Amino acid sequence: MAVFAERYPSDAKVVRMALGSSFVALFLGGLMGLIQALHRTGYLRIIDDSTYYTVLTLHGVALVLLFTIFFLVGFFHWAVVDSLDRTSESTRFTQLWYALMSLGAAMSSVTILGGFVGEVDVSADVLYTFYTPLEAHPLFYAGLAMFLVGTWLAGVDWFRSWYNWKQSHGGERTPLRTFMVLTTMLMWYLATFGVAAAVLVFILPWTLGLVDTVNPLLTRTLFWFFGHPVVYFWLMPVYMLWYVILPKLAGGRLFSDPLARIVFVLFLILSVPTGIHHQYLDPGIAEGFKFLATSNTMFLLLPSLLTAFTVVASLEHGARQRGGTGYVGWLRALPWRKPAFTGMALAGLMFAAAGFSGMVNAGLNLNYLVHNTLWVPGHFHLTVGTAVALSFMASTYWFLPKITGREIFSRRLGLAQVLTWFFGMVLMSNAMHRAGVGGVPRRTADPTYEGVEFTSVLGNINELRLQIALGGVILSLSLVLFFTHLLLSWFDIGTSRQATADSIPPALSGPENAPKVLENLQLWSGIAIVLVLLTYVLPIAAIVSGNGWFGSVEHPAGMVEPIWLLALDIGRQHLAVMV
Amino acid sequence: MEIHRYEKLWFGAALVLIVGFIATVVYGAAGVGISMVDDDGGTIDPNNVTDHPKFEQTGLHEAEGDDADYEASVIARRFIFQGADPLEVPENSVITFYITSPDVVHGFKIVDTNANTMVIPGQVTEMTVEFDEPGEYGILCSEFCGAGHENMAGQLTVVPEEEWGGLGGDS
Repeated sequence: MAVFAERYPSDAKVVRMALGSSFVALFLGGLMGLIQALHRTGYLRIIDDSTYYTVLTLHGVALVLLFTIFFLVGFFHWAVVDSLDRTSESTRFTQLWYALMSLGAAMSSVTILGGFVGEVDVSADVLYTFYTPLEAHPLFYAGLAMFLVGTWLAGVDWFRSWYNWKQSHGGERTPLRTFMVLTTMLMWYLATFGVAAAVLVFILPWTLGLVDTVNPLLTRTLFWFFGHPVVYFWLMPVYMLWYVILPKLAGGRLFSDPLARIVFVLFLILSVPTGIHHQYLDPGIAEGFKFLATSNTMFLLLPSLLTAFTVVASLEHGARQRGGTGYVGWLRALPWRKPAFTGMALAGLMFAAAGFSGMVNAGLNLNYLVHNTLWVPGHFHLTVGTAVALSFMASTYWFLPKITGREIFSRRLGLAQVLTWFFGMVLMSNAMHRAGVGGVPRRTADPTYEGVEFTSVLGNINELRLQIALGGVILSLSLVLFFTHLLLSWFDIGTSRQATADSIPPALSGPENAPKVLENLQLWSGIAIVLVLLTYVLPIAAIVSGNGWFGSVEHPAGMVEPIWLLALDIGRQHLAVMV
Repeated sequence: MEIHRYEKLWFGAALVLIVGFIATVVYGAAGVGISMVDDDGGTIDPNNVTDHPKFEQTGLHEAEGDDADYEASVIARRFIFQGADPLEVPENSVITFYITSPDVVHGFKIVDTNANTMVIPGQVTEMTVEFDEPGEYGILCSEFCGAGHENMAGQLTVVPEEEWGGLGGDS
């Protein structure tokens, strides 16, 4: 069998483009990360404190929205086409969703970059959470909306392929990879409802001057309606990598196909009704709703704990196939020289640590201690910054040959890259966690205050500063290795060996053992919707009855009003005079 | 569907862990008595915050109910904490804070304590804190509120009981 790039050239092209966009975002966001790590620790300041927030906005948007989502739509497209063994129904349509995503991403990014140029009125120094009444140029929100619509259409593309596949494969179980993509996308449709409502109904009309005021607690709640499940949108493709690719690289096969399906169904059901756990310390939301978010979040541990079992069991199976023995001795038989394997395995290890720091975040009353401290970015640099980012980068060493048709440049270089990322992140994120316990705030250009001395029980603050800066430098070095390798492999500079095709072995316990009801996506979506309604209708009703749908917060003083908005006002006054 | 015995054991252990985590939260609320910031503070017109009875005057004043010894009203605005720069409270006192914002979202965190909350325009944050260690505590804005956010700080002094001169007294 030929490799994917030869079997489905038009699909491989879109996958390559999506990965390309993803890596451009990774480059931009990573560069911003280096500037930040050195700036807030005080070692090197090449920008003003006020510009720091432009850098931080770009870091957040480029990495957590653009890098992750561009990568995963590319990966998902491959997963659907390859597992259904049919090209997309319409290449035009596939190109359309990619184009929408790219155009939207470019609009938002350019708006953020405008913040670096004082002379233009276009900027978006609102961070990636864009809490109102902080205000960005409307282009920023419009770009985000367009990017989202692109992802929605991508989902339509994959559902269409699946629907048509079913016509000729009546009674067959949906292939595992497609099943994972579809459940993830259903979760995504539900999750993005919140942010789409916030942007399209409230924020965009407000920045355009169509409505005068906004309700900050409402838009914030709608943001987190999306803001937590979005992390599962990054994580579920990683789980797919860990379930499908990692066991294969280890020389074995997935332990249980039905269990993998159950895990994805659990994510579909439980991901969305958890967002309020980001708002434990918000006024205007009753304690009972917060407790409900706590218990939903804790139950979300279940699919992750089940994954830990299945993945480790699959790895052990692989290691024993390769001749590994003993209770822990089999670990030595794993293919640690393969960068794709080692990177993903280390990412999984870091994710386990992240799970425990996440439990502190999610623990309702413990949250007082860490909320908005450096602990929180410490946590998510382990989750999205390592479990997701490192898995995506590492899997590229396996994935790239599938979509370019050529082998990668060098295994050793790849190995060095994933190891430097791991060590850099160990330094940076452990120090961030510990500094957070000492009360050092996140999201600030300069965490030093007159008369305030931070004392962490877990280390000296200066030592922590050094670790954060050093970690940031090592991570940047890892990115340099990654991009060097990528360019050499992608553009036929360093390698011209043809990729050899390989296939993904079936699970030990196959899909025929899965209960039929798992295929009933309508049922699971229905349950997910009911849970969301139960968690969100009452708090949102309370917020709206308190401040109204559109609130009463105007454009705060000190916000630069865009010139063209002023023009709109003058136009309106003229109109009034004429009438 | 066949489920391996170890898988079942793991599943059971996972559920125990989850229920255990939830139990710690319940214990924190019911046993230790940590209550969450909630909707008790009510809403406020963000354009006229000083019309609200709690914000006619900022700073420390007598408590209205029996739940606290004093009340402290703080207006968090770009880039100051009005009423908490500095704020003096006696040792071993229970203070109920009322905090609001007339402009954007802010954070209110007292360093070295677990007193930490969000301040959202249109909402009044009500938070009751017990202070039993005399000393100087920094108050930080912990949510990005615009260029200048990194300078937004206040000061809280917990005065030893024997030096406390009462409201408006010399301490």
